[in-house]
Amino acid sequence: MKKQIYDLVIKDGRVIDPALGFGHVAHLFIKDGKIAKIENDNISSRKKIDSMPDENVIDAAGKIVMPGLIDMHVHLREPGREDEETIVSGCQAAAAGGFTTVCCMPNTDPAIDNQETVKFVLSRAELADARVYVVGAVSKMLKGEELSEIGDLVKAGAVAISDDGGYVQNPQLMRNALEYASMFNIPIISHAEDDFLCKDGVMNESFQSTRLGMKGRPAVGEVIAVLRDIKLCELVGGRLHIAHVSTAGAVEAIRLAKADCVDVTAEVCPQHFCLTDDMIGEKFDTNLRVNPPIRTKADIDAIIKGLVDGTIDCIASDHAPHAEEEKDVEFDQAPPGMIGLQTTVGLVKTYLIDKGYLSWADAIRKMTQNPARILNLPVGTLKVDSPADITIIDSDKKWTVKKNDFRSKSKNSPFVGWKLSGKVSHTILGGRVVYDGK
Amino acid sequence: MPKDKIETVLDKKGINRAITRISHEILERNNGAESLVIIGILTRGADIAKRIASKIKEIESVDIPVGLMDINLYRDDVHQKLDQPIIQRTEIHFDVVDRNLILVDDVLYTGRTIRAALDQIVDFGRPRSIQLAVIIDRGHRELPIRPDYVGKNIPTSKDDRVMVKLSERDEDDSVLIEKSGLKADEKTPAKMKDGVKKTAAKPQKRKGGKTK
Amino acid sequence: MKLQSRHLIGLEGVSADEISLILDTAVSFREIIERPIKKVPTLRGITVLNLFYEPSTRTKISFELAEKRLSADSITFTKAMSSVKKGETLKDTVRNIEAMKINMVVVRHGSSGVPYFLTQCMDSNIINAGDGSHEHPTQALLDMFTIRQKYGKLKGLRVVLIGDVKHSRVVRSNIWGLKTMGCSVAVCGPSTLQPYEVEKFGVDVYTDLDEALDGADVVNIMRIQLERQQSGFLATQREYTNLFGVTAERLKLLNKNYTVMHPGPMNRGVEITPEIADGKSSVILEQVTNGQAVRMAVLYLLSGKREDGE
Repeated sequence: MKKQIYDLVIKDGRVIDPALGFGHVAHLFIKDGKIAKIENDNISSRKKIDSMPDENVIDAAGKIVMPGLIDMHVHLREPGREDEETIVSGCQAAAAGGFTTVCCMPNTDPAIDNQETVKFVLSRAELADARVYVVGAVSKMLKGEELSEIGDLVKAGAVAISDDGGYVQNPQLMRNALEYASMFNIPIISHAEDDFLCKDGVMNESFQSTRLGMKGRPAVGEVIAVLRDIKLCELVGGRLHIAHVSTAGAVEAIRLAKADCVDVTAEVCPQHFCLTDDMIGEKFDTNLRVNPPIRTKADIDAIIKGLVDGTIDCIASDHAPHAEEEKDVEFDQAPPGMIGLQTTVGLVKTYLIDKGYLSWADAIRKMTQNPARILNLPVGTLKVDSPADITIIDSDKKWTVKKNDFRSKSKNSPFVGWKLSGKVSHTILGGRVVYDGK
Repeated sequence: MPKDKIETVLDKKGINRAITRISHEILERNNGAESLVIIGILTRGADIAKRIASKIKEIESVDIPVGLMDINLYRDDVHQKLDQPIIQRTEIHFDVVDRNLILVDDVLYTGRTIRAALDQIVDFGRPRSIQLAVIIDRGHRELPIRPDYVGKNIPTSKDDRVMVKLSERDEDDSVLIEKSGLKADEKTPAKMKDGVKKTAAKPQKRKGGKTK
Repeated sequence: MKLQSRHLIGLEGVSADEISLILDTAVSFREIIERPIKKVPTLRGITVLNLFYEPSTRTKISFELAEKRLSADSITFTKAMSSVKKGETLKDTVRNIEAMKINMVVVRHGSSGVPYFLTQCMDSNIINAGDGSHEHPTQALLDMFTIRQKYGKLKGLRVVLIGDVKHSRVVRSNIWGLKTMGCSVAVCGPSTLQPYEVEKFGVDVYTDLDEALDGADVVNIMRIQLERQQSGFLATQREYTNLFGVTAERLKLLNKNYTVMHPGPMNRGVEITPEIADGKSSVILEQVTNGQAVRMAVLYLLSGKREDGE
């Protein structure tokens, strides 16, 4: 018998790779865990496919084949809260959500502020169903007081630094961090919310917080924080990435900064283009508590505009697992955060693509090429010889978000019961099928 | 199912005669009006109480204190209903202690309303006696209660509706009975409904009600 | 007429007919309080739990008395907030207590939304006795009862709510209720203690007390919590009193037959002068008495509405 030339072929799918500028029906051949070639449908490619055993052929007819998606903002909770999520379970959720690469934030216990913890996370991720890149801490124990050993972190594999979960309150420390990190050419990911303005706030400050008598987190708390970081970045250089932009003001600030050639990039999360603060009063669902908070229709409109005009570079989930017993409490006592790895693709399709704001290529770019560029990752493209990380999406498939379908150890999603369009059908990591829709 | 029939049991004159007679009986039995107080059960019992008081004033030229009482808070079926009956204001601005208290209602039926009223009166003090006056006694008692003064005893089936209309709140004075179409024997007991006295049982022999 | 919900979470969304039903029923209960035996057997067999996660004197006593006067069995459970964080969750606490077969829960809690939360994890009827800065419906109902008692109506009256609007659940419930009943409502207080977009409640917003009082019928003065100074909302007590303290001199701006209210506890000499608090236009003690009647009415009206529709 003739030796197999290819390990796997994905046939007849509409292949979209913004990095290659590719966007039509083709066959994708995989060998040794890498992309071997992309071929148009013709007699020769058809022949190759026909010669392969059925189990090595994925029929993607009518589906979209794209580079494995990158979620540059997740919390995997390990080490420290393995009851909420582990690196393995988080990566299973990623696979089921179409993500082949995730970047985990350092607010674990202990925090990822040292080489050993970076190495620990990477070792745990070796056999997981997704690639894990580590974001290290800006400050020791995320306290915002002293810089962590950023050089060491980078040496161990960290691709960015962040004190995510909180803002680097001290502007001098942030300035130093930007300067220091620029030596290693990594971005600082800023969770931009001013502590003094947002202290104890549990939801967006608006008439809704007034009506419900809840302490608000004003939009201006984000805008001021974003502006400060932009000004520092402008002053000292370095690369700034604004995480989970939630306000119209922040979008505008970033737009202007980009026009001024400040090296700033930004991401948004589905909750900030799908959810509004008036939903909180309906059931006081603690799964709607998240920082930064879900805002208003006007903010959503501005975020969508930012996505469309390129002000917002990336879409990430800010997947933040929390134990059920910690969320099943009074609204203001619940920890902020929601899971998102398995709902992001559906929400992007339903709320951005179906509504005509983004094309599939635009959306894919914000979840592949752009995060890969910002974090300098060797993934996010179907270029020949790249790792065979591939996501196949059944673009028009309608599905309902079900709690039991979450592979995350935590189920804290406000989207349970939502009807979405666009379902991941296969996720392939390094040529290995890690999710096949079942 | 045959149509329900409505019959008039008492007309305006009949009601007036009944009230006049009851007033005389009250005075006779209590040796005048000195010791009397009257409490009417809301809504129509209270109207009748006021009429009796003014009739007694006509006869004896004495003002008898009249009180109004809502008995819903003392009902024994208050939690068996999906919606609570509306509570009207009880107004008893006099002392009941050591008085002969005439309790007035429009229709005496199961006796549960009167039981509730008796409990409530006791919470206001200890009258020398409590006497019960009603315009209609329709039978079907479920408690050992009997009236002292009755306008008219009428035999009813439990499914019949007895309606007392008074000009204070209705177009005119009358007592009507709406006979249910079915034969009484075929009925199954129905629940007593608030405000409308209605239930089911055999066509009754009258009992209880003291008549003259 | 009946109540739509089997719980009383707040006055937002409660119709004028429903509020009228509660107030009318309370009139009947108000009379019971004046009887020699201040007790009716109505709620015999009903067990009410008073769940107080925040300190309270008058609301707690008022509910307890209302329950006893209706012959309900009542128990009161108070728990300091500090011990809640660790240990048993609120949900576990209430479920355990409900397993002892209670029928109604009166709850006060520092977190907005807790009464709603309880409706989701218990079968009992839930009555909100104050949640965070959200609502305090029975206080607003008793305020409206007291106003109606004096004027015979609510519609068309001008009511001014003075003080810490931002943190006051009493203000919020009053706004919803009074607006529904056709009052014209104004709020007045330092701009730091006015919540964001407060005007969206449909009220007139003032930071000048004299302007706010001009032409008002009822002035309802909220307690100012002196610890607000530390959070930077206020400068000094002295300045607050100068700007927002209600004095006899200022009340001249009100309509002739004006009424002074205060939900208590009062800081005499701070937000209200003793002269006003004890003056002939003050109905502050009447509010307290009426509170019982209103709470009896609420307990009575809700007690008939069970989960199983029984």
